Amino acid sequence: MSYIYYPGCSLKSTGRAYEESLLAVFAALDIPLKELEDWNCCGATAYMSISELKAFALSARNFALAERQNGEEDYAEMVVPCAACYLGLNKAHRYLAEYPELRKKIDRALEAGGLKYNDKVHVRHPLDILVNDIPAEKITSQVKKPLEGIKVACYYGCQLVRPYADFDDSHNPQTMDKLIKLLGGEVVDWPLKTRCCGGSLTGTVQDVGIRLSYVLLAEARKRGCDIVATACPLCQFNLECYQKRMSNLYGQELNLPVLYFTQLMGHAFGLESRKLGLNRVFIKPSRVFSKKEGGQYVNS
Amino acid sequence: MNKWQGWRKIRYESELDPDFASEIASIPGGDKLYSCIQCGTCSGMCPLSPYMDYTPRQIIAMIRAGFKGEVLSSYTTWLCASCYSCTVECPKEIKLTDIMYAAKRLAIRGKVYPKRFPTPVLAGEFFKAVEKYGRSSESWVLVNLFMKTNPLKVFKQMGLGLRLWSQGRLSPKREAIKRRDELKSILKVLEKEHMVKDKEEMITAGKEVV
Repeated sequence: MSYIYYPGCSLKSTGRAYEESLLAVFAALDIPLKELEDWNCCGATAYMSISELKAFALSARNFALAERQNGEEDYAEMVVPCAACYLGLNKAHRYLAEYPELRKKIDRALEAGGLKYNDKVHVRHPLDILVNDIPAEKITSQVKKPLEGIKVACYYGCQLVRPYADFDDSHNPQTMDKLIKLLGGEVVDWPLKTRCCGGSLTGTVQDVGIRLSYVLLAEARKRGCDIVATACPLCQFNLECYQKRMSNLYGQELNLPVLYFTQLMGHAFGLESRKLGLNRVFIKPSRVFSKKEGGQYVNS
Repeated sequence: MNKWQGWRKIRYESELDPDFASEIASIPGGDKLYSCIQCGTCSGMCPLSPYMDYTPRQIIAMIRAGFKGEVLSSYTTWLCASCYSCTVECPKEIKLTDIMYAAKRLAIRGKVYPKRFPTPVLAGEFFKAVEKYGRSSESWVLVNLFMKTNPLKVFKQMGLGLRLWSQGRLSPKREAIKRRDELKSILKVLEKEHMVKDKEEMITAGKEVV
């Protein structure tokens, strides 16, 4: 089966490391990913605040293009790594099927652009694919440097599992936990794994947004976590890039590396760190990676 | 001691907008709004309700009662980060996040959002960029946002911006799709249509039902 890869705007800029590591991991597992030709923005949360119809039309164009690129094959399987894009596309996918009145308007709009959408698209997240499509042995067979002794807090955030829990539970999701365990890592019991990181509020209403992110990290630290794994470019940005400001505001040194789950996978697969975008993070994980078996830090 | 707050503000029924609820309820699945039992689960789940001027539960009650001005000019809708905790937990399956979006859209169309408040400005900048280029360029959206709300912030954020740039995570390059005309003609068809119907339309629709 071949997958169509929808990167989204973030994975081309602030979330570049996510794209790099995702492509590297999928290549190592020998799963072909073809980027969607001339994809457009999913609309994210901001677009919804202005025009709902246009937001759905943006997604519909992507679906139509994916179908065209897929050709005769059954369903176009769209791989959407960014949580906001995943929800935006998934929501449009459902609404277009559920509300015929909306569908009529969107179909008319697509026609004006010479496109047609025939409901032959599946919106999938890489976590879903790695856990449900790929046999676990295939992943374990690739592990060369297991994450032994590393305590990982798996952060799913909001939009992967809410409001639609398509591939996981919306209260206590497990897919990333499973994956980390396959890589030999230890998963920290952390009940905030689906609590909001503040989203774009860290840029707009900072005193509120940064506090929300801080609460997550402080709890993770308290539970002895070494590293936070995320599956969303905005969550990664919020949790990592504002840590310095958090320690100024709340007087607690956090110093917790925040990586994409794909970067952790790539590291366990023994891939080169440059290929995984590990050079693009503020808080370097090298100290954690050099932890010895048994959970002792090597040089501290 | 609390300071005296002034006379309590009284709102009379005649000042309320009786069509407001049906305006909001016209979004897909929006009629569930009428089944709210005011249990407060939404407010309890919301990670942002402590910062809001009205909690989500209050907003629902106010929409149903027709407090249009208060709802549209409140901070509540703009603090909603779309985390969908309320929507998932609501025992009556009310799509609260969608209702917040509907209120945001009405507030932007009526230009009643809190002045210089960054969230609606961010939405506007993002919208403009995507409309024009088909993709958003994070650097430009952010620069425009700070220029329009608080220009001093550009300098405050400069350090972070430069660090990101040095790592190749932020670039001044404009992202754009190739077939911009195709997207433009798609969006143009929807120019005049809104999910939340115009008021006149609502009134005629209401008459038909009666």
